[in-house]
Amino acid sequence: MSSAREDILGRIREALRLPAPKPHLKAGSDKPGRAWLPEAGETQVDRLGVLAENLTKLRAQLVRVPDLAAAKAALTELARSKGWKRLAYHAHPDTAACTDGLPCEVWSVDQNFDKHHLESCDVGLTSCEAIVAQTGSILVSSATNGGRALSILPHVHVVIGRADQVVGDLTDAFALMRSRHGDRLPSMLSFITGPSRTGDIERILVLGAHGPKELVLILVG
Amino acid sequence: MSQPHDQFLADATNATADAPQRDFLRKALGGYYNSRDTQKARYRDWEHARDAAALAKWNAVNRLDRTLTTFAANFERNGGKVHWARDGAEARAIISQICREAGAKAVIKSKCMTTEEIHLNDALEAEGYGVVESDLGEFIQQLRKEPPFHFVFPCMHLKREAISDLFTKHLGTAATDSPEELTMIARRHLRQLYVDADVGISGANFLVAETGQVSITENEGNARLTCALPRVHIALAGIEKVIDKLDDLAVLLPMLATAGAGQPMTCYNTLYAGPRQPGEPDGPTEFHVVLLDNKRTALLADPEQRDALHCIRCGACLNVCPIFKNIGGFAYGTTYQGPIGSVLTPHLRGLKSWNHLSGASSLCGACTEACPVRIDLHHHLLHNRRNAALAHASWFDRIFHGAFGWVIARPRLFALGGRIFRQTLPLLRRLPLPYLTTWLRTRDLPEPPVRSFRDEWKGSKR
Repeated sequence: MSSAREDILGRIREALRLPAPKPHLKAGSDKPGRAWLPEAGETQVDRLGVLAENLTKLRAQLVRVPDLAAAKAALTELARSKGWKRLAYHAHPDTAACTDGLPCEVWSVDQNFDKHHLESCDVGLTSCEAIVAQTGSILVSSATNGGRALSILPHVHVVIGRADQVVGDLTDAFALMRSRHGDRLPSMLSFITGPSRTGDIERILVLGAHGPKELVLILVG
Repeated sequence: MSQPHDQFLADATNATADAPQRDFLRKALGGYYNSRDTQKARYRDWEHARDAAALAKWNAVNRLDRTLTTFAANFERNGGKVHWARDGAEARAIISQICREAGAKAVIKSKCMTTEEIHLNDALEAEGYGVVESDLGEFIQQLRKEPPFHFVFPCMHLKREAISDLFTKHLGTAATDSPEELTMIARRHLRQLYVDADVGISGANFLVAETGQVSITENEGNARLTCALPRVHIALAGIEKVIDKLDDLAVLLPMLATAGAGQPMTCYNTLYAGPRQPGEPDGPTEFHVVLLDNKRTALLADPEQRDALHCIRCGACLNVCPIFKNIGGFAYGTTYQGPIGSVLTPHLRGLKSWNHLSGASSLCGACTEACPVRIDLHHHLLHNRRNAALAHASWFDRIFHGAFGWVIARPRLFALGGRIFRQTLPLLRRLPLPYLTTWLRTRDLPEPPVRSFRDEWKGSKR
């Protein structure tokens, strides 16, 4: 008996012997698809504008600060006003610079960590790989932004990003990932577009279905 | 008449008789139409974008042997394991065995219609695994022991009171009429289950051949948790989910969100390449992908309808379909409801028993217009009707259409027939003719014209 793999591939090759007509395209459709997507902004200033508008619509919070010292002050203020008790973070120059002296317990997930302990944290603090203006998405990876669970399990996700990490569209973000990681892409790349949400009950929007209820982007520079 | 056909007629009749439920569905979809239109208007050109999306899927599906083998090689290079399943039974056996070898007790699932297609939960539960659906809508449907009502919005038919009662009964929580509080009840209940589960099972929205990544789209974060916390991750995917390039997602991800839910992007679009890698602090140590055929190759073999395999399961065709809006999702009796379900199901389960779904359409074309990857849905319903008539015509169809064809090929006979028909139409209305009585139960027969079109034409020329 041949293997399922060989059987399925055999059926596919047999099926494809009859060609299907190519889709009938509108005149001009042969450009790469990104040309038709929503505006992403021509200049970096435009892109920051598009990003800010998208984040507002997505109900994510954007805090723009000039430098890391101001980022730390913003984070401290958030921790105090929201009454955070425990914040989890991963080692990164930007995140480490902000965690000293926070008015809450801080805990790092860099070694093999206990997921039950992470579950008890209010906040996950991460850096990011890139920020996509067109869609308002923050790209995090398992390799450089604290693994898989840190950005999804705690109730609040705070991202420290840099203004020069803002790119136009997803194509730009993919190109950046290839140039940064080469052939060995991180085992997880996640585009986070606003806080977790659901519309499953009567199609009414509720934030914080299973992932973070709040998403804060502290943008430095 | 086949059993599914009878069931369909009975269920559709009951559903359409429930006017408050139909109003409720329409109201629930109202917000979707607004946000979808707002998002579509932000595209520099939605129609060109549809072409780009259609072309990306066409390229992958029409070279499926190469795109699949490239995906499989790259996925394994990333440290994952690929399994091939000819049908549902093989896929269930593969997944059971992975759970067994992992020594699993608890399994957490994120939303995956392909697992519904192969009835995976029943199989795993029969082997003693605790299986929990983590998507809010699927979680609710699992508690109700009901299949999803809509393959993107699984419990959109339910009012908050029903969900509150359900939670009181199964979780012992206090009654509430707040969708937010209901969502938080599920959130609290499920959190510990993610942490404790040994195996996480997900679907796949796309498989990226060139990078060997599995792309998963979701709003709630339950799939992210399902793929982060358990030791083993299994993704079940139909073979048609593969695309050539990572860049194809730059178009497909936003379009899936806009067409499916009126969003610029779904909240989490995540690409998984293999299990946890050296240097990463967490993630599963095993990552399996199960590639499922289950009659998809039979649809692939039909070049006329091959593009039905381009479907990205956004659900846009359901949301605009006048039939879906009136009969709801359950009457279809299928895994995939609405126009795409009516096109696919006869291929997956047999045309003979499921051709009645080809008639569950007004042929208005709203589905075809809504489809972000330009599947010619309403014409495929006609193709299925034609194929069914060629393969399994009933005696009535054969005699009636044979006689009709014979008559219209003879102009004089046709004119005579017309004259007789015009005269006897009032009489036909009163005769208890089997097909006609059913037809007329919900329709009015027009008054016959006094003169035929041909008579009028001759008259006007004179």
